[in-house]
Amino acid sequence: MAFTNFRLETDADGIALVTWDMAGRSMNVFDARTIEELSAIVERTTADAAVKGVVITSAKDAFSGGADLTMLETFGVVVADVMKREGAEAASRKLLDEVSRLSRLFRRIETCGKPWVAAINGLALGGAFELSLSCHQRIAADNPKTRLGLPEIKVGLFPGAGGTQRLVRMLPPADALMMMLKGELLNVAKARAAKLVDAVVPPGELIAAAKDWIRSGGKAVAPWDVEGFKLPAGPVYSKAGMQMFPAANAIYRRETYDNYPAARAIMQCVYEGLQLPMDQALRVEARYFAHVVRTPEAAAMIRSLFLSMQDLNKGARRPKNVPPTRVRKVGIIGAGFMGASIGYVTARAGIDVVLIDRDQQSADKGKAHSDALISGEIKKGRAREGAREALLSRITATPDFTALKDCDLIVEAVFEDRKVKAETYAKAQPMLAASAIFASNTSTLPITSLATEFKDQGRFIGIHFFSPVDKMMLVEIILGKNTGEVALATALDYVRAIGKTPIVVNDSRGFFANRCVLNFVAEGHLMFGEGVPPAMIENVARMAGMPVGPLSLTDEIAIDLALRIVKATESDLGAAAIDAGQKALLIEMVETRGRLGRKNGKGFYDYPEKGKKKLWPGLAGLQANKLDPDTLDVEEMKQRFLVVQAVEAARTVEDGVIVDPREADVGSILGFGFAPFTGGTLSYIDMMGTKRFVELCQRLEKKYGPRFAPPRLLLDMAAKGETFYGRFAPAKSAA
Amino acid sequence: MAEAYIYDHVRTPRGRGKIDGALHEVTALTLAAQALEAIRMRNGLQTGQVDDVVLGCVDPVGEAGGDIARMAALRAGLGDAVPGIQINRFCASGLDAVNFASAQVMAGQHELTIGGGVESMSRVGIGASGGAWPVDPSIAIPAYFMPQGVSADLIATKYGFTRDDCDAFAVESQQRAAAAWADGRFKNAVVPVKDINGITILDRDEHMRPDTTMQSLGQLKASFAQVGEMGGFEAVAIQAHPEVEAINYVHHAGNSSGIVDGAAAVLIGSRQAGARAGLKPRARIKAFANIGSEPAMMLTGPVDVTHKVFARAGMSFSDIDLVEINEAFASVVLRYLQAFDIGMAKVNVNGGAIAMGHPLGATGAMILGTLLDELERRDLATGLVTLCIGGGMGTATIIERV
Repeated sequence: MAFTNFRLETDADGIALVTWDMAGRSMNVFDARTIEELSAIVERTTADAAVKGVVITSAKDAFSGGADLTMLETFGVVVADVMKREGAEAASRKLLDEVSRLSRLFRRIETCGKPWVAAINGLALGGAFELSLSCHQRIAADNPKTRLGLPEIKVGLFPGAGGTQRLVRMLPPADALMMMLKGELLNVAKARAAKLVDAVVPPGELIAAAKDWIRSGGKAVAPWDVEGFKLPAGPVYSKAGMQMFPAANAIYRRETYDNYPAARAIMQCVYEGLQLPMDQALRVEARYFAHVVRTPEAAAMIRSLFLSMQDLNKGARRPKNVPPTRVRKVGIIGAGFMGASIGYVTARAGIDVVLIDRDQQSADKGKAHSDALISGEIKKGRAREGAREALLSRITATPDFTALKDCDLIVEAVFEDRKVKAETYAKAQPMLAASAIFASNTSTLPITSLATEFKDQGRFIGIHFFSPVDKMMLVEIILGKNTGEVALATALDYVRAIGKTPIVVNDSRGFFANRCVLNFVAEGHLMFGEGVPPAMIENVARMAGMPVGPLSLTDEIAIDLALRIVKATESDLGAAAIDAGQKALLIEMVETRGRLGRKNGKGFYDYPEKGKKKLWPGLAGLQANKLDPDTLDVEEMKQRFLVVQAVEAARTVEDGVIVDPREADVGSILGFGFAPFTGGTLSYIDMMGTKRFVELCQRLEKKYGPRFAPPRLLLDMAAKGETFYGRFAPAKSAA
Repeated sequence: MAEAYIYDHVRTPRGRGKIDGALHEVTALTLAAQALEAIRMRNGLQTGQVDDVVLGCVDPVGEAGGDIARMAALRAGLGDAVPGIQINRFCASGLDAVNFASAQVMAGQHELTIGGGVESMSRVGIGASGGAWPVDPSIAIPAYFMPQGVSADLIATKYGFTRDDCDAFAVESQQRAAAAWADGRFKNAVVPVKDINGITILDRDEHMRPDTTMQSLGQLKASFAQVGEMGGFEAVAIQAHPEVEAINYVHHAGNSSGIVDGAAAVLIGSRQAGARAGLKPRARIKAFANIGSEPAMMLTGPVDVTHKVFARAGMSFSDIDLVEINEAFASVVLRYLQAFDIGMAKVNVNGGAIAMGHPLGATGAMILGTLLDELERRDLATGLVTLCIGGGMGTATIIERV
């Protein structure tokens, strides 16, 4: 076999060096061909008496990113074919055989009888880290960019090539579980401290050190294959095990709400695998992997959180005919919390920033925010000491609008008031370079109408950040009616430069994200009005997969702001567009009780100076009716929380706000934490099936009101048996 | 169907289930054997006359493992022909053993049987037998596994029992147990545990603290707060019962059942078998029932199983003169009283496991005996005994004097 992905060279000492170097790719990954070639290499080196041992390394900057997830799609095709011809069990057997290929290859390396050393030159994730765990020795180059770990959980999978089994034989099970359930990545020093790496050497000495280990008699046997091997924390059914596992199961539920089949599979693989010898343990792991691969959660998460996110990050929506732009300097008008934070993430990406506010003091205050944020990063070890000075030197704080003259992009983040914005635009426009793009960070005002204040509407666009800007990975780019392609391309290039994920939406009230999430918040308020115990509203929302409960979120948004939004909607769209009960509740909280949310320490929760926030006991007095929790249908409550957002997402497609389902899905997960295991708002509908979703909407509509009414688009899709990804299929991505 | 009658019952005193407890030096086998031997001697049972011995044991490992019932039957001199079987339904094992022994008679397959139980918690240790339930994710997670104490605190939180409610109940249990002992109400049931020389090792329930007051209990720290908060179990409780914002931790060693050592035996038989042996029946097993209940709250099974056994027997609380419900935790009994809207007047009139202790596998048989003795003392007719059970179950038995 001729190798296209590896080079194989055996030196005079009989040490084979396998260099992974996939053609036409910047990153090594495991695909079908690679697995085949590596298998052939294992067999050849094992059979060749002249070979004493093998070193595997990579010619790329990274060692490898792991398995090529598009490989899983081909499994689906193969399995469907076997299913048709030979039935369900044969299809399952075929899938088990396919998905365990990598695991068997790694076990073959581990037991081939010749020592293998992983010479880890850079990042090694997932399957690649599992490969290194199956080698008899792991030597890492001292490379600050290296990250090692098993992040499969983040895309709805789990380490299925021996990772769950080898890791728990190397670390105490509680640590191994934590690492896999969080998808935690370690730098070289941490990996060395955890003994997941045997040695760390200067990059130039990596291969020599690996070969030395073989030359000096490195043994070709894994510790767990030696008679008398003891597990790091003893057997499962031991005193220690009886302490660890019950708590691990509880903490698993606390952290996942049991919503992620892959996470559950990790728990099960560890529990069962630790009671078995390695070969059987790997077989059990493979069985669970074959099961998880077929779950709708894995399919949805791989699509949204890996493939779609990758596509969007690469600029899936970018107009192809606009040459790449480079934003060198960004002007930010309004140095309040949002503006200052946008300045921070921009400067952090190495872009110069002009931070403007009405006077020097306010502008300086905005810059000080960056100082605080970077200092925090340094303190946590996430940034180098020198980063602070470099960052601050890139930010010019000034009240002087003439400083905008050489900015490529201006982001306006002033008060959400049409008049204030118009005045700002009037002041800024004369200063701008002819090629500059102007963006508003508004979250509520339609871009098209703001653009009318602007001379060249083609250069005007919405760039909507989410708070807190330094943590939230989504940016919503809003096209006004007259926004031009250069503005869009520039905005996308800028968002890419600051390392965030963009979605591009058309103009509407609330754009995409806020339309959905405000429905979620409102649903919580309506449940409160029905008499659902407040704690139950909050807990069930989290059980449904949302990161925080709707009452908590209201407190974060500020209750007075929520009230303002309801009032604005009412005055713009009429009384029928809002719920009178919700408005009354918010008026009671804000105007009668003076409870504004976290900002004044009093909202749906009380915020004591010390200790955790607690639901305000006075809430009970605001509920005229109280429902007995034992009579409530928790599953239906969960559905209400998700459906009310998903049906709004469907409306945004009908309205033309969303044109690509990937953007609704990725946007909903990154923007407001919509239950990630569903793959996002539209995948949630696709996963359920449009017909079933419509029936559910209609049932909820009958019981709870027209907010659940499915839009015409959904009815049409249900009638035709269509899905969002079928009807609105995005262009096939280049993997 | 044949009727099953109770002819006699005995129990050992309950020794504190610690290294310094009086029964710590006594093996589980000896505890069980002495209870069986007492039944044999008191009733003049002939060799080989008993058809089966059914003993409950919750941690049947080590010295309590490998069918302790057969070994105890041999040790007790019941004869080579008398077999034994050990069963386990956690905390109700002792009552279930009596029910199983009765069912053999009711089914007409056996004539004379012994049901009972044994637990040496000081020697074998609670949880020593392991088990998949808390450990294997495939059951621990969907069944919302929590330590019983967290479930008991969840019950208190959900149904609104305060620390004071639970402490007051515990004080009452202590006072009732002390009064019962002072009045000699256990004298017929309790057989002292003796050494090889016939020297008494223990003849009284050792766990009792009759001087317990609200103030003394107030000193104790809640036992399950740490495991609930750090171990993640509070989150499990909340996901099972999401109307709960936070668990109110109210249980501690003073208002939970005591960890103790002990054994018990109940002689069961048909009317004919009793007549043949020259014995007088004391009560009839009128009905019994088992049920599974909500596994997260776990300990509310007595409510469900009482409904079930009442439905089976066509009875209600108005037909019941006395109730024994195992005091696993104060909230278990308080919830039972609340669910049926009954007071304390006819419930656990001689105290319970909070005062005297809960030797897991034996308790059901012990409190069945307590119930029968008290029915006789008060000359009342009908009693109900029930226990809550790990994993969310309940067992109940109704007896009727004859």
